Amino acid sequence: MNAVTAVDASDVLVSVRGLEVHFPVRGEGIRKKGAGVLRAVDGVDLDILRGETLGLVGESGCGKSTLGNAVLRLIPPTGGSIDFAGTDVTSVGGKGLRELRRRAGMVFQDPFASLDPRRTVAQTVSEPLEVHGLRSGKRERAARVGELLELVGLDPAVAGRYPHEFSGGQRQRVGIARALAGEPDFLVCDEAIASLDVSVQAQVLNLLRRLQKQLGLTLLFISHDLSAVRHISDRIAVMYLGRIVEIGPASAVGSDPQMPYTQALLSAVPVPHPALERQRQRVVLRGDVPSPAAVPSGCRFRTRCPYVFEPCDDVDPALQPAGAPGQLAACHLHGVVGTPVERTPEGVPAEP
Amino acid sequence: MSGQVLEVEDLRVRLRTPRGPADVVNGLSYTVGPGETVAVVGESGSGKSVSVLALLGLLPARVATVTGRAVLQGEDLLTMKPERLRQVRGPGAGMVFQDPMTSLNPVLTVGRQLVEGIRAHGDVSKAAARRRAADLLGEVGLPDPERALDRYPHELSGGMRQRVVIAIALSNSPALLIADEATTALDVTVQAQIIDLIEGLQADRGTGVIWITHDLGVVAGIADRVLVMYGGRCVEDGTVDDVLERPAHPYTRGLLGALPDLAQPAVDGVVPDLATVPGTPPAPTDLPEGCVFWPRCPVRGDARCEHEQPPLVQIGSGPGLPHRAATWCTEEAP
Repeated sequence: MNAVTAVDASDVLVSVRGLEVHFPVRGEGIRKKGAGVLRAVDGVDLDILRGETLGLVGESGCGKSTLGNAVLRLIPPTGGSIDFAGTDVTSVGGKGLRELRRRAGMVFQDPFASLDPRRTVAQTVSEPLEVHGLRSGKRERAARVGELLELVGLDPAVAGRYPHEFSGGQRQRVGIARALAGEPDFLVCDEAIASLDVSVQAQVLNLLRRLQKQLGLTLLFISHDLSAVRHISDRIAVMYLGRIVEIGPASAVGSDPQMPYTQALLSAVPVPHPALERQRQRVVLRGDVPSPAAVPSGCRFRTRCPYVFEPCDDVDPALQPAGAPGQLAACHLHGVVGTPVERTPEGVPAEP
Repeated sequence: MSGQVLEVEDLRVRLRTPRGPADVVNGLSYTVGPGETVAVVGESGSGKSVSVLALLGLLPARVATVTGRAVLQGEDLLTMKPERLRQVRGPGAGMVFQDPMTSLNPVLTVGRQLVEGIRAHGDVSKAAARRRAADLLGEVGLPDPERALDRYPHELSGGMRQRVVIAIALSNSPALLIADEATTALDVTVQAQIIDLIEGLQADRGTGVIWITHDLGVVAGIADRVLVMYGGRCVEDGTVDDVLERPAHPYTRGLLGALPDLAQPAVDGVVPDLATVPGTPPAPTDLPEGCVFWPRCPVRGDARCEHEQPPLVQIGSGPGLPHRAATWCTEEAP
């Protein structure tokens, strides 16, 4: 068992330690050069198990997409390490990087923006085959494109068509076929169903679940839709202001969350049952999420937490076991564990 | 007069498109009472947004033909002169659109946009309008309203912007508030704040609300009555309990079945596949002759479904508000 992430180390496909993605921000007006730092991802430890679907949830600006991008090195991290099946993702280059690109794919949010309108479906889906030299010869590639389209539930006969001839759901299937072309082990789905209608969302969720079982894929499913994440995931990680604040089995996090932020988030999700909705006590959080350029000291949720108490100000909480087996929460309510905040002699928190 | 805030009767909208006439709304009738929330639900292209834009005369006359009746507090919006309609928008009906970034003017301060709305409908001094604007921002829960008046929209978060848009819509105490996907672009925690806010204001002022959304979870929490749109028609309406707990139309059942359920995801430890509605909605330029849902219907029957349009009729004989559906097959799906 790994002490940091509460999983069995032999099953881990992707291992993230102390990951940081910080962006420089320009100051305003005369302070233009007094550059600050936007902490999009700020110290994430995460293990993704072989063959699992890990759901990553959080609100806009919490850093979940940046994390997904950094894991595939689409954004270079500024600190920490990422290990993908023995490859150090942060430093790999040349052939190794190309192999990583083949083995780890991405399904994007907007199927209208992620497909080139001037290329046919066949051209889009066969590009990875050419790049990675997976099928030699046009005929073999065409046959493979046909297989891939069938795999995602499209008629192979549509290969010659252009994206505008398809509905949003069909385009998302094309995007999935392209991501699968390299026969990857790992897929990051970044808000892959967010721009689809309800009935089409269900089709794509079912498709992803089927593909995952059929091909033994490992999925990082990033979404703000908790119901969808709860439906598709084996484990769920909750992000707030650049940190993972709770992680655990989907059933445990979904029905018995241990971190006050997760509790508030779940209580805010409306469910389509009028009787339940009328009974429900929503935890309405105060205010807005602080800017990731000005993260509160100590617990980053303390400015909005309904249970805030003494240590929240002084100790940055670490993930610790709470609730069900395998469930971790970064919250002092389960015992004060973490890094004390260093202060200047005046009592002001020092810049980390 | 029947004490309703809004009575819509046989509303039809036809748009001229390069591909021929598109029948986007096809005979919609409903009422909104004081303090009542009517949710209009349906997928993209079902005609839900166009139907309310038509009410307020916000569709370009060159391409849209609107017929029917829409009586707001005794006056028909559809036959109203443009000058009168301008007076009614505001005190009569306020509207909150989906995207607060595009519904606010980026080069004007929040205060100016609020003051403009207030002074357009009342003989108020600038200073008084500004005080009223600050009060409104306070009412919608914006911290430090005095300072917020001098901010530009880009300086505010999405949730704060949407509060500003709501404050503008409420600035003339409308009898009817139309919220078109007002919380769709927001995070769930902010959505919860906005819903609380609108429900509170509604309770205080007795505003009638039309809430357009595709999120059936939101509907369950806020609506008194629900109207399900498909292919520009109302295919089912009734109380929120009837429609969501005892759906009668195969389309409504399909929509509900397609939702991942946060409350009960697993059956005996196994998460079942979601039910799906196969196919795609019909194009408004080419609506089916019979039941509008017929080409996608999982329980479709004989030639009648294909050729004869089912009327919206009452089903069951329960007490209370009627539950109606437009389908030939109301029996339980197999």
